[in-house]
Amino acid sequence: MGSYLVKRLAYSVFVVWGAVTIVFVVVRLIPGDPAQLMVGAEGTRADVEALRHRFGLDQPLAVQYVRYLGQAAGLRFGNSLRLEIPAADAVTQRVPATAVLAGSAMLLGVATSMPLGIVAALHRHSVLDRAVAVVSLIGQSVPNFWLGIMFILIFARGLRWFPSAGTGGLEHLVLPATTLALLLVGVLTRLVRSGLLDVLDEEYVRSAYAKGLPVRRVINRHALPNMLIPVVTVVGLQLGSLLAGAVIVETVFGWAGVGRLLVDAISNRDYPIVQVAVLFITVGFITVNLLVDLSYAYLDPRIRYR
Amino acid sequence: MTIEAPTAATARRTGGRPGDTAWQTAQRLRQRRRIRRLAAWGVPVALFVVIAVVGPILVPYDPVTVRLADRIRPPGTVLHDGTRAWLGTDQVGKDLVAQVLQGARISLLVGVATVAVAGLLGLAAGVPAGYFGGAIDGLLMRFADLQLAFPSLLLAILIAAVLGRSVTNVIITLSVTRWVTFARVTRATTLAMREREFVTAARATGAGTRRIMSRHIIPLTVTPLVVVATVELGLVILAEASLSFLGLGTPPDHPSWGLIIANGRNYLSTAWWISTIPGVALSVVILAVGLFGDQLNDYLNPKAVSK
Repeated sequence: MGSYLVKRLAYSVFVVWGAVTIVFVVVRLIPGDPAQLMVGAEGTRADVEALRHRFGLDQPLAVQYVRYLGQAAGLRFGNSLRLEIPAADAVTQRVPATAVLAGSAMLLGVATSMPLGIVAALHRHSVLDRAVAVVSLIGQSVPNFWLGIMFILIFARGLRWFPSAGTGGLEHLVLPATTLALLLVGVLTRLVRSGLLDVLDEEYVRSAYAKGLPVRRVINRHALPNMLIPVVTVVGLQLGSLLAGAVIVETVFGWAGVGRLLVDAISNRDYPIVQVAVLFITVGFITVNLLVDLSYAYLDPRIRYR
Repeated sequence: MTIEAPTAATARRTGGRPGDTAWQTAQRLRQRRRIRRLAAWGVPVALFVVIAVVGPILVPYDPVTVRLADRIRPPGTVLHDGTRAWLGTDQVGKDLVAQVLQGARISLLVGVATVAVAGLLGLAAGVPAGYFGGAIDGLLMRFADLQLAFPSLLLAILIAAVLGRSVTNVIITLSVTRWVTFARVTRATTLAMREREFVTAARATGAGTRRIMSRHIIPLTVTPLVVVATVELGLVILAEASLSFLGLGTPPDHPSWGLIIANGRNYLSTAWWISTIPGVALSVVILAVGLFGDQLNDYLNPKAVSK
């Protein structure tokens, strides 16, 4: 376990370094000088130069890169070009909103797709199974930004059940979380169904039935724990698309999270914010996948890490 | 119960051929069912292609002219010039039919071009990686892993922001974010084929590396690539729409579906149809392409039984 952990951690560090580097390369390629943009049309050449010097944009790329790596290691990314506060702070302020949104979407997604998948597997080829298949297929095909707009149209503008935009209490959370959760429901339901079908063919499940256990107990105690690994893996992997989806859903619903901050920062060419926001999302994704890998041994005691 | 070989009469009834064993008949029936299903989902996909190609010719999209007298008219309204706007008009009086048809063409163009470019990139990377193994393979796969550590839409957003808005840039962006899947599939196929007898035989007869790759390995990577390409087509169309929705995709004079939906957001209270209609088209196309891909996979890899 120990050496596996070290190897896995080293790999994660490598991936984070790669992500940091990709962000640096891509962001420096963005056309348009941020200093010029900030000074505006009236600024003199000297003003622009002063700003470029202040943000270190006049240094050679290699120097910028090394400085940037040092900053990244200490999470010091300089001030936001627009907000005049440290970029890391600007992003951290928004993290709770995104975490709440992604977290509740994930809970909602899992809570919906587990029962749907189980019902579909237990009544294979029934009308119910078909219906679940159709729903999960639609969940996978409908673009979430459009779904969000339709939700606003129906539940906010039409029925006036929920506010159409903004961050706040539970009533603000319902529509964006549901929109984001549907992304997960399609994939997870299919996975739970096929995973359960595989397990139901196993001999230990037949033995459990043979010794007279009720269906509920066979499913809960014998079948489900053995199909959790692929489910947990996919939930972990889906977190990436969930966080990327959050960028879109936050934009649709005006939810003040990291995603919307990122989209705004891109149009303002606010480099430091773009860097920190992308890194935050990527590192979050990598961390969750590390945790997912490490949870296998707990979920399946037969797995031993070497 | 005995199973008889079909006579001409039973063969006609069951779709088998005289002289077939029951097993062969069953196989043939299964194959027919696969073809039927493939055709069933091929029809909407083909329809989409035809509409995307022919539609803008029949109802041309005019990015310049605005007709303020006819702004925000609901679907079915007769406009001032006597024509009927079947899908309504937008905030500057442009007919939504023309926009949606033009959008279909953009979706198809971006989708096909991206899949082609990403597929070729994947092929160019995957075949050498799988064939030579070693350092090339290690380097390439580490790079692929690194890229997969990014949520792909996030990387697309980042690159699209750098390149700026244009149809070509969307294709470049999405090709860069999508090549990894193709590379992995080609690598896996190449790895499996490398050890097969016909490759050894070719090598024994003196064929060089280049000939083995181009004549014996690449042709066999085509089938898995086609399946992946179909599935990816739907994902690319979705990604293009998402980028355009965020204002990072096609420019304003190219009304892609994502862009029309974003535009309609500002008029939700007065004009529900602007956002709704292109979204329906988008969802149907993604659904049809996805299902067609699934059926194509079943048809080309009959051994992989789906439950």
